[in-house]
Amino acid sequence: MAYDKFDILTSRVVPLSSENVDTDQIIPARFLKATERKGFGDNLFRDWRYDSEGNPKPDFVLNDPTYEGKILLAGKNFGSGSSREHAVWAIYDYGFRCVVSSFFADIFKNNCLNIGVLPVTVSPEFADELFEAVEADPATEVEVDINKQTITLLSTGKSESFDINSYKKQNMKNGFDDIDYLLNLNDEIQAFEANR
Amino acid sequence: MEKKTLFDKIWDAHVIKSIPNGPDVFFIDKHFIHEVTSPVAFLNLEKRGNKVMFPERTVATPDHNVPTIDQDKTIKDQLSRMQVEKLRENCAKHGIELHDLGTDHHGIVHVIGPELGITQPGMTIVCGDSHTSTHGAFGTIAFGIGTSEVEMVFATQCIMQAKAKKMRITVDGELGPGVSSKDIILYIISQISASGGTGYFIEYAGSAIRALSMEARMTICNMSIEMGARGGLIAPDETTFEYLNGKDFAPKGAAWDEAVAYWKTLKTDEGAVFDLEYHYNAEDIEPMITYGTNPGMGVKVKDHIPTTEGMKESVKKSYIKSLDYMGFKPGEPMKGKKIDYVFVGSCTNGRIEDLRAVANFVKGKKKADNITAWIVPGSREVEKKAIAEGLVQILEEAGFKLRQPGCSACLAMNDDKIPSGKYAVSTSNRNFEGRQGPGSRTLLASPLTVAAVAITGEITDPRDLIEELALEK
Repeated sequence: MAYDKFDILTSRVVPLSSENVDTDQIIPARFLKATERKGFGDNLFRDWRYDSEGNPKPDFVLNDPTYEGKILLAGKNFGSGSSREHAVWAIYDYGFRCVVSSFFADIFKNNCLNIGVLPVTVSPEFADELFEAVEADPATEVEVDINKQTITLLSTGKSESFDINSYKKQNMKNGFDDIDYLLNLNDEIQAFEANR
Repeated sequence: MEKKTLFDKIWDAHVIKSIPNGPDVFFIDKHFIHEVTSPVAFLNLEKRGNKVMFPERTVATPDHNVPTIDQDKTIKDQLSRMQVEKLRENCAKHGIELHDLGTDHHGIVHVIGPELGITQPGMTIVCGDSHTSTHGAFGTIAFGIGTSEVEMVFATQCIMQAKAKKMRITVDGELGPGVSSKDIILYIISQISASGGTGYFIEYAGSAIRALSMEARMTICNMSIEMGARGGLIAPDETTFEYLNGKDFAPKGAAWDEAVAYWKTLKTDEGAVFDLEYHYNAEDIEPMITYGTNPGMGVKVKDHIPTTEGMKESVKKSYIKSLDYMGFKPGEPMKGKKIDYVFVGSCTNGRIEDLRAVANFVKGKKKADNITAWIVPGSREVEKKAIAEGLVQILEEAGFKLRQPGCSACLAMNDDKIPSGKYAVSTSNRNFEGRQGPGSRTLLASPLTVAAVAITGEITDPRDLIEELALEK
């Protein structure tokens, strides 16, 4: 469904350095029982964020008031495991619009692009720099510009470019998803199917 | 003529249109759906006023959150019940074939597809579930998709994806006794890591793969996603054709001959180039088990947990966090660790051959007192065969009970949850934190290894018990 257009995002950053964060951590399976998309942000990182009684765990980054922002800075191989789009819904509904990592799991990255969360892949060195900068000063801001395809650490001006294919880039900039494009191909699809 | 891989042949035959510097419009032959990742797709489809374009190309079954006892009664958990009811309602409204709870063809979606002959070589198959890669065992391009894409398939029978890079993993040689296809795949993942396949579609080849049954091949393709690969596939051969022949939805008569003639063309051309290749020897593979919180953290059952020597600081931090969660220390031996639960089931190892392996192994023995065992067939068909073949009786005599089909404790959406802090050795596919219930600790292994653990109550190399048995005889 339609989502907010993505243009230039300037924001503080929430750092989560663990590697191989799988979608079961992002949203545990027991919270997938909804038949509508709502309330998923409340259960983002549920078991890292809350204890078994539902009390916030103070040492988890989302519960640390020092950090806030629309950009989630994540460790290597973020979003591995299950194909559940609910993981990206939880990230979006919580308030993130962009996830930065040196390495994304494949299906997760696709799901991000389909619902309006921009996955930005940076070099491992730049990821380290970002983690260090945010740790040294939690008020550090980062600018993500989808037009120029750049991510910039504003405190130092250090910048890196990132990849996104031009089709998905247009979608993200306009808040479109793939359905409208596909519906316009109705005749071609009907003809293709008839020959199967 | 251009040399093509098997993956190229199937992919290229399903591209309706390529967008320059963008994805392909990719046609889907078969779409499997279940109760968890479809309701929002149906909802959005209706909100936009669209219809399911080709309802006969979608097949549904409830599997993820269904109870594995008392399936004839109303589902107690209200949210689970609502999802299953929503699936029924949506399938009825849109004319989609549903294999409902309690019916002859009910089961885990990746078990029933092959079992019914719906899955056939050369097809493109998707499902809102990452283990859709299972179907690749038949020489199909099969992979998991998100709910937005489920809606795309409903509305247009297509998704938009860029073609993956190509990897080939060749395993040659002969597996030793007590070693199974689960050990092959756990070994491969331990070698190339939980992210080593990202961006690739994998073809499995070599004499050790060719020698495997279809069910064993499914176990391998199933876990392709656990190294980050989009999917995995194996070229169809006589083993494939024999498996499919006579299945409910497989072609019959002249159509069968025609299909087989086409299926025989589905193989990688001599000289076709892969982006990346790995070679392994079957003789190097032994019973495997995981010790950490991703499937790449695996060792031979007889080995020790790797130490942190030479590890980069950033890697070490995640590694220690993972071992802390498991309650393990670097350098410890795996054998002899006390276990609380065993789980036999899932789309990875919940098929009849898996139940046979377990039943044969525990025959005449008794389950250890400290073990709670959950044995969950992958489908009604598997359950029926297990009863007919006398496996259920063997299992019961050894102290086990067969439950009813579903995904069960693999992801613990239903009540089959491993309690916090407890250890479970499971035939399933993921050992993530809390995967089998909040705080649960999962160790992945083959059905044979799980059977051995169930008997001794601790981590055991199944070959040790096989040798003891041989000596007794």
